[in-house]
Amino acid sequence: MTDLKMPTEKRFRLPDQSEWTQDLIEQIHEEVGRVARDFGLDTYPNQLEIITAEQMMDAYASVGMPVSYNHWSFGKHFMSTEKGYRRGQMGLAYEIVINSNPCIAYLMEENSLMMQALVIAHAAYGHNSFFKGNYLFRTWTDADAIIDYMLFAKNYIAECERRHGMEAVELLLDSCHALQNYGVDRYKRPARLSLQEENLRQAEREAYLQTQVNDLWRTLPRRESLDEDESHPQEQRFPGEPQENLLYFIEKSAPLLKPWEREIVRITRKISQYFYPQRQTQVMNEGWATFWHFTLLNQLYDEGVVGEGFMLEFLQSHTNVIYQPPVGSPYYNGINPYALGFAMMRDIRRICEDPTDEDRRWFPDIAGSDWRSTLDFAMRNFKDESFIAQYLSPRLIREFHFFSVLDDDENDKLLISAIHDEDGYRYVRQQLAAQYNLGNREPNIQVWAVDTHGDRTLTLRHTQYQRRPLNQQTDEVLKHVARLWGFDVRLETVDPDGSVLFSQECPWDKRHRGH
Amino acid sequence: MTYLIDRRFQGKNKSAVNRERFLRRYKKQIKQAVERAIKGRSIIDVANGEKVSIPARDVGEPSFGHTHGGVWEAVCPGNTEYLKGDRIARPKGSGGGGSGGAGNSDEVTQDDFIFELSREEFMNYFFEDLELPNLVKTQLASTTEFKSQRAGYTVSGTPTNIHVLRSLRGALGRRIAVGGASARRLRELQEELEQQLLLEPADDEAVMRLKKEIEHLKVRLTAIPFIDPFDLRYSNRVKVPKPSTKAVMFCIMDVSGSMDEQKKDTAKRFFILLYLFLTRTYDEIDVVFIRHHTVATEVDEDEFFHSRESGGTVVSSALVLLADILRERYPAGDWNAYVAQASDGDNWDRDSVTCRQILDETIMPLVQYYAYVEITDGEPQNLWYEYELIANDHPHFAMQKIESPADIYPVFRELFRKQPQ
Repeated sequence: MTDLKMPTEKRFRLPDQSEWTQDLIEQIHEEVGRVARDFGLDTYPNQLEIITAEQMMDAYASVGMPVSYNHWSFGKHFMSTEKGYRRGQMGLAYEIVINSNPCIAYLMEENSLMMQALVIAHAAYGHNSFFKGNYLFRTWTDADAIIDYMLFAKNYIAECERRHGMEAVELLLDSCHALQNYGVDRYKRPARLSLQEENLRQAEREAYLQTQVNDLWRTLPRRESLDEDESHPQEQRFPGEPQENLLYFIEKSAPLLKPWEREIVRITRKISQYFYPQRQTQVMNEGWATFWHFTLLNQLYDEGVVGEGFMLEFLQSHTNVIYQPPVGSPYYNGINPYALGFAMMRDIRRICEDPTDEDRRWFPDIAGSDWRSTLDFAMRNFKDESFIAQYLSPRLIREFHFFSVLDDDENDKLLISAIHDEDGYRYVRQQLAAQYNLGNREPNIQVWAVDTHGDRTLTLRHTQYQRRPLNQQTDEVLKHVARLWGFDVRLETVDPDGSVLFSQECPWDKRHRGH
Repeated sequence: MTYLIDRRFQGKNKSAVNRERFLRRYKKQIKQAVERAIKGRSIIDVANGEKVSIPARDVGEPSFGHTHGGVWEAVCPGNTEYLKGDRIARPKGSGGGGSGGAGNSDEVTQDDFIFELSREEFMNYFFEDLELPNLVKTQLASTTEFKSQRAGYTVSGTPTNIHVLRSLRGALGRRIAVGGASARRLRELQEELEQQLLLEPADDEAVMRLKKEIEHLKVRLTAIPFIDPFDLRYSNRVKVPKPSTKAVMFCIMDVSGSMDEQKKDTAKRFFILLYLFLTRTYDEIDVVFIRHHTVATEVDEDEFFHSRESGGTVVSSALVLLADILRERYPAGDWNAYVAQASDGDNWDRDSVTCRQILDETIMPLVQYYAYVEITDGEPQNLWYEYELIANDHPHFAMQKIESPADIYPVFRELFRKQPQ
């Protein structure tokens, strides 16, 4: 990289200084944008916002959203961030970027000029193009409407607090938050959000929902239907099929919830749905953004827009970000998604541009193809699990020295099930991919049945995966379920064959329902 | 199209509401934590805000998750020594973290939740539920305090008090009142002129007359001023005397030779606590510092806490001085008087009886509350027994014993806790 190409035309050259100015940010943004477009990155328009460290901590606390409803848990996150930052135990992230249209990226005022350029390349072009392109984000989130929806949520919840009291709303939100990971439709595509429609339909929906619920809980069952029940108990099962979306089920079917309570359940469900793709594409998203900041800034260096001092500073941050400590190191904290993602993205480019015989054997489709369209295809059509299953190459497995450890509590020793050798590549790749499968990571808990003719007990079913037990907070969460449901709740744990191993009860004291 | 927005100057403290909600929700735990934090700590530290920790299980947000057990298979980076089929011992501690597969479970370890309170917040928790008992004498007569209160509008005043809305409303009304007739006439004439113009040529005499009159009316209408000094209205404020509660606190500290360095330190810490409490909770309070060995002197705050003078002990000297000051400067009708006395209880034998007499006859009728703190880790001495007699006769006399610095806060709370109404 030492032979500097002399620029043929007179180009903008970023001065070698660490102080940034608004003009310089605009100019470097223009340069990064130009190069990004040359590489064919398709992005939402950018909105760069310069903020202070305090504002960054605020953004942290509300998961990056510029507006959010009020809840003590956000205060708790804010306080722990604040403490860590003030005592110098942790730095703040350099950037937060919001999947919205326009795409909002925060630049912290403490950042040096180089860092601002890095954040622009990473967030405003890397993440931004990922949000716009990846199928999960395209299907599950609505970048045009999210900010409006958050505003609707904030106002609606504030209004509820005024009408029904802060405590009632807070308790309800606590319960919803406990089930937030179970408020997601994994397979069905959600409806689009729109602030106006939300407001318009909301009154209508409230009335309609209430009638639906009342129908289900009709207190005077017709005589003949009762008889039928006894002869064909199967036909009257409710719900007809197990439901994976607990919050949705509660919103639609919990007998005693008031209309405003249903609406709040719906709000938390919608927000959790919005974040669902982020939880499934961590490696890809960060890998993609890191790959592009690396590629874009190197291109600018080659063109002479940024100097060597800039590059040295940049490489230092970059290598820190993609460092993967080995297992057993005191710094080891799982697999670094930046490291794995970046390595895989670069590796795909390498396979395209400079394939070895091994690559040709493993990846006949992409070896030697155009790297830009191959990467673009990978970015658009995969999530972490499938991305790793598809693209992790033997070479990377060797470079990372990946090995697979089997920990079975019935054996007193751990077993090394595979390592980075010819024998183990496929196995390691498969295992690593499974590790990113949210379906395996989170316990599989679904609504199983409701005792519609008896005491209205709600039965949830936990289908055990690999005999893994539930954590100790389960009791607490069940209390939250019971609060939302308004009657007793039972959690059955079943093995994969469907036979019940044991069950936990959470009785609901009717007196709790003060209102 | 790109937007670069500088948000640095807007919307700080967005999380303040949420932070406050957190504090409100965990008030009980935080108060306990504050009390734990206070023990054995010097007062200067107390006033500096504090790191507070409450158990993580109290503030947890539960969610469904896996825990250790069953089968976990994890891919880890950085293999240096293992081959396929190797069996290795399960690592100890951290529930099989490290190279163990169980490191994969999503369980987080339960550390205490630690956060910082500002000085202000800390002191609020610290002094909550405390008050000066029997604060009743509220008087109006000699008040020097006024508060300003809205009292409608006036037609004169200073320009800063102009009430724009009222003034313009008045102006609008005046313009309608003054110009209404002319405006109506103008409209009529204009209609008439239009009618005429349909029938007559433009230079007809009647038309000319109409035009002239219209011109005239227009001039009259424009001559009406948009706003006139007559329209101006000013916000009016009046001063209302504010009832005030005047209180005085006497701090009496024994600095005799028998009070060793540690006891003096304890006494000073007790008084600093008292002083912080008074100055924070009550806006208007006089504090009188009296220190004594064989002789009592009234000193200022700085000297009270920092001087190192010492000598023998005659407690009654301080009480005599106290009674004098009370009579001269704080007449009982106007002032709520409080006394806090700290001593090691060591006194001349005969003097303790004198003390009881002075208190019983002179001082107790004049004060709202008298708190006596004996700093000793041994048996109570003669002064304690004499004071016990007073406590039997006067319900507003309280006495407590401090054995070690850790007792300061509980004793303080005991002496000044809010009385059930």
